[in-house]
Amino acid sequence: MDRRELARALSSAETIVVPARAFEPWRVLGVTGSPGVGKSCLVDRIVSCWLERGERVAILAVDPSSPITGGALLGDRMRMASVDAGDNVFFRSIATRNVPGGLPIRLNRMVDLLIHEGWTRIIIETVGSGQSEIRIVSVADRLLLVEGPARGDMIQAEKAGILELADLIAVNKSDLEGADRVADEIRLSLNLTGEEAAPVILCSAETGDGIDEVIATIDSLPNARGPAIARARERLLATHQEYLLSHPKFSDVLKGLSEGRMSIEEALGLLQRG
Amino acid sequence: MGALSGIRWVQGGFAARPIMATPLRIVIAKPGLDGHDRGAKVVARALRDAGHEVIYTGLRRTPEQIVRIAMDEDAQVVGLSSLSGAHGFLFPRVCDLLRKAGLEDIVVFGGGIIPERDRPALLEAGVAAIFGPGTTSNELVTFLEGLEV
Repeated sequence: MDRRELARALSSAETIVVPARAFEPWRVLGVTGSPGVGKSCLVDRIVSCWLERGERVAILAVDPSSPITGGALLGDRMRMASVDAGDNVFFRSIATRNVPGGLPIRLNRMVDLLIHEGWTRIIIETVGSGQSEIRIVSVADRLLLVEGPARGDMIQAEKAGILELADLIAVNKSDLEGADRVADEIRLSLNLTGEEAAPVILCSAETGDGIDEVIATIDSLPNARGPAIARARERLLATHQEYLLSHPKFSDVLKGLSEGRMSIEEALGLLQRG
Repeated sequence: MGALSGIRWVQGGFAARPIMATPLRIVIAKPGLDGHDRGAKVVARALRDAGHEVIYTGLRRTPEQIVRIAMDEDAQVVGLSSLSGAHGFLFPRVCDLLRKAGLEDIVVFGGGIIPERDRPALLEAGVAAIFGPGTTSNELVTFLEGLEV
């Protein structure tokens, strides 16, 4: 498949049949974190480094669709200088199309297709997410959570959610005041669980400080630190959702529900497949 | 598009629009050495609000980069904005490279400061339409949704 065919195939990945990917060796890095912490700039650094050592890197960058109009402004690639040249890097912007959980359906198949086509590293950059958007663990082999200074009082670090599933936490913008304190508080919070905690690394995508350490740590992580059961759960839910959304009766059922012609139970009954 | 910063918003014009079944994928690009993108951003926003998926390239892209972006993003439409006066070279170059890449089915439109006398040559080179200052967002959206892509 040439580049153009690949780009077209990714648009209709539900119709592409390729074998599901193996879990070893690891291929898929998920990058998540709140809006504005510097995910795109950090990804740009990681991509440059991987390209230098000969990887073929595909980036899938997810941005939200408008819940009102369905439109989307996809602006991640303008922040990534490394992605517009060379045959060994591929960048695709993806709109969520309003799937709950913040990850578009089809993402798993897009990843399978890219790996099948010989891309050795896949980076999925999620929408700027809050604490509960954990669906990314259904796709990523390794999960990098990006944090930054000035993110409110650090009771945030005590809350449950994505922090518990991350394999690595990068506290970006280490050139700004307060970053080291944020890193300390996250470390403290993680260490209280008593299990082996995910590494917390200070870095600056702006200056380049700490980037080598972030990349070396990504490379050397044990696979899938997040509890296997949580990952399997997300994968099952994501697949089930894809199943529902692609059901031929889905829009009829939505209409029926919105007009009060059926109950939720009846709707679910109609959406079951024999 | 650059000079579409003169674009007139139709207040609430899209509020009642249904969500598009399949949104168009549109690359809005700034070719060449031109540091002004307010217009391009206004157009990107208007197309977003019309229910389409808009990929903005950022400033100072080469025609080669724009064609590659259009390919990778599987776009149906590319909008070029230029206020620098270099449209006479850059727009035809993008059209030419698209054809060479086998992407002649991508529709190219242009905007910015494009004098009337320059337009016939651009249309001849493959630009489907030029939208100047004063274009309404509705005109642009109507043009795009009338395309057979």
